[in-house]
Amino acid sequence: MFTIVKREEMAAGTVILNEILAPKIAAKAKPGQFVIVKANETGERIPLTISDRDPEKGTITIIYMVVGKSTGLFKTLQAGDAFQDVIGPLGKATHIEHLGNVVCVGGGTGVAVLYPITRGFKQADNRVISIIGARNKDLLILEDKMHAVSDDFHVCTDDGSYGRKGFVTDALKEVLEGNKIDLVVAIGPVPMMKFVSQLTKSYNVKTLVSLNPIMIDGTGMCGGCRVVVDGKTQFACVDGPEFDGHQVDFDGLIKRLKAYEIDEKKAYDEHCNLLGGK
Amino acid sequence: MAENSVKKEKVPRQPMPEQAASVRRRNFDEVPLGYSKETAMLEASRCIQCKNPSCVSGCPVGVDIPGFIKEIASGNFEEAIRKIWQKNSLPAVCGRVCPQEIQCEGVCILGKKDTPVAIGNLERFIADYVRVNGIGEMPEKAPATGKKVAVVGSGPSGLTVAGDLLLKGHDVTLFEAFHKTGGVLVYGIPEFRLPKDIVASEVAMLEKIGLKIECNMVIGSIVSMDELFEEGYDAVFIGVGAGLPKFLNIPGEDLIGIYSANEYLTRANLMKGYLFPEYDTPIIKGKNVVVFGAGNVAMDAARTAMRLGAERVRVVYRRSREEMPARAAELHHAEEEGIEFHLLTAPVRFIGDEDGRLIQLEGLKMELGEPDDSGRRRPVPIKGSEFIMDCDLAVVSVGAGPNPLLTQSDPAITLNKWGYISADPVTGKTTKKGVWAGGDIVTGSATVILAMGAGRQAADSIHNYLTWGW
Repeated sequence: MFTIVKREEMAAGTVILNEILAPKIAAKAKPGQFVIVKANETGERIPLTISDRDPEKGTITIIYMVVGKSTGLFKTLQAGDAFQDVIGPLGKATHIEHLGNVVCVGGGTGVAVLYPITRGFKQADNRVISIIGARNKDLLILEDKMHAVSDDFHVCTDDGSYGRKGFVTDALKEVLEGNKIDLVVAIGPVPMMKFVSQLTKSYNVKTLVSLNPIMIDGTGMCGGCRVVVDGKTQFACVDGPEFDGHQVDFDGLIKRLKAYEIDEKKAYDEHCNLLGGK
Repeated sequence: MAENSVKKEKVPRQPMPEQAASVRRRNFDEVPLGYSKETAMLEASRCIQCKNPSCVSGCPVGVDIPGFIKEIASGNFEEAIRKIWQKNSLPAVCGRVCPQEIQCEGVCILGKKDTPVAIGNLERFIADYVRVNGIGEMPEKAPATGKKVAVVGSGPSGLTVAGDLLLKGHDVTLFEAFHKTGGVLVYGIPEFRLPKDIVASEVAMLEKIGLKIECNMVIGSIVSMDELFEEGYDAVFIGVGAGLPKFLNIPGEDLIGIYSANEYLTRANLMKGYLFPEYDTPIIKGKNVVVFGAGNVAMDAARTAMRLGAERVRVVYRRSREEMPARAAELHHAEEEGIEFHLLTAPVRFIGDEDGRLIQLEGLKMELGEPDDSGRRRPVPIKGSEFIMDCDLAVVSVGAGPNPLLTQSDPAITLNKWGYISADPVTGKTTKKGVWAGGDIVTGSATVILAMGAGRQAADSIHNYLTWGW
């Protein structure tokens, strides 16, 4: 069992932070790696990227958006409750090195994944320019933490309720115009990563994206997380989760993420009914 | 002598009672129902107790087959299981999934003129009988040696190594990456062929004699091999099984509705997708299901699809019937359940709708040409034979490559050119001191019992090492 030692609600309760006691994983986890989490005996295995770790306390932090039955179930777990299974650290760690100017672009819950990577690049003596965005002010997460590890910091909201109005790609375009950028790291909803990659390609700036396809085992066994990168089949769990954004077939990934849309909606509705319409 | 023996034999081979095909094709309950005590004793009486039994040498783990059968024939069931447990800690599993027809039963002397003794059915009977009745005692453990062994992977090879070394007095910890033990026995082989409770109870038997189990442990990432030695383990056995599934590499393979057999069976078996939404993991239920490949795994996938309510399930295989690698019994069961076989047929491309969901498949007819490297006649496409087949779920069951997770984490473990671990074929020793390997991570996809045989050999070698040194 993996006990939740701290729980926070973010983004008006749509995003949940769990700090989980998992000392062995905390000792080894590196930025960019993920865990697979299963709440109980009948639960699904859900991959979630590790947002932070504290090797001394023996904890890892995961931050997830409540989108379906499984994350809905996770949301009901309070501090002191436990996940039945947490498996990790999985996937390849982000290759962090001193490059010069690095832009970190995060959208929605992707900012949670981006944060340890941003901190890593900052610690590796890069000039870090961060751009984070959300649909509106209430849905922004980790603004202060991201700000603290960035040399230059931009916030965008789609509706203009906070920061600059517009998409992260608008702010990124300005940054790319005025600076020599060595690397862009973009993590967020798949369409966001797709548009960031299209933009940076036209500037010929290397771009890393972190993919979140559907997975079962997360250890290179099931092949469910396959994505097409540079025309070849890759497995996000062992070859990724980070890939060169200029090579990823995002449209294929967007379609594959909808594989269980109908089943998931049915399961989620039943789950919500059980909870009394909450 | 031989004539005499055959004359003595009056009792015919006892058939295994089974669920009717028309019923079982829609449920996940086990297909064979098992022998009754009386039937088992009758079948056991057929064994002529050869002095030099070829069945024992036909068994990869060397079970004393005439010995345990003799005890069944006389109704000494506790003694019968004791004889098996000396050599095999997973008899309920082996009685169900071993390919007896090419092993013990394949060389049974009775089979020369008549039908062989139903060794597999008897092994299954005795294992089930003692489990249900709560009788039988595991062989006594040797005194504790104080040596610690880490077994990585809880599939057939790992469980065998663990069982053998526990009995020899070593302190064994089993590490499993999944949340449940059993490896392919729980994620791969379906409930209707190997009920999961049975696997759990065979693992529980090992726990009773001191096995420690740690699930959710991906060795290589959470703990390295070297750290295992630093933690005080004296030897490590790697039995992490096959890994990355192979695909067909044809257009459209990333459409929704195309699974590797590993994913399809894991969703159905380990995650209990067939019980969705009671269990949370969904599984696509096709109306027109096509399975590619013709091994045992392909049959498991096809029969699972039928049980999940498919209208038609077709197995598409590019070679002919003789080359199908599945056991005859599996093919027979599949056919009885209405699975169709489209032989000498190859897929060309998958066709999807605008949402990226599989709707059709383009195939091509083949004919057999000259033999290829494997000695099998190479299938050659027949020009102009392309056709379209409706298909909303495809399961690709054409094998798997090695799992790179652990092997890439330690450069001291040498791999062969295919990425499998190079291990001594007799001892299972790898190129890293104190580390053994066996099962699919060494041989590529094979059978449960071959992995168990490799586990047995490695366990003997590990025991020698712990006693005498590398």
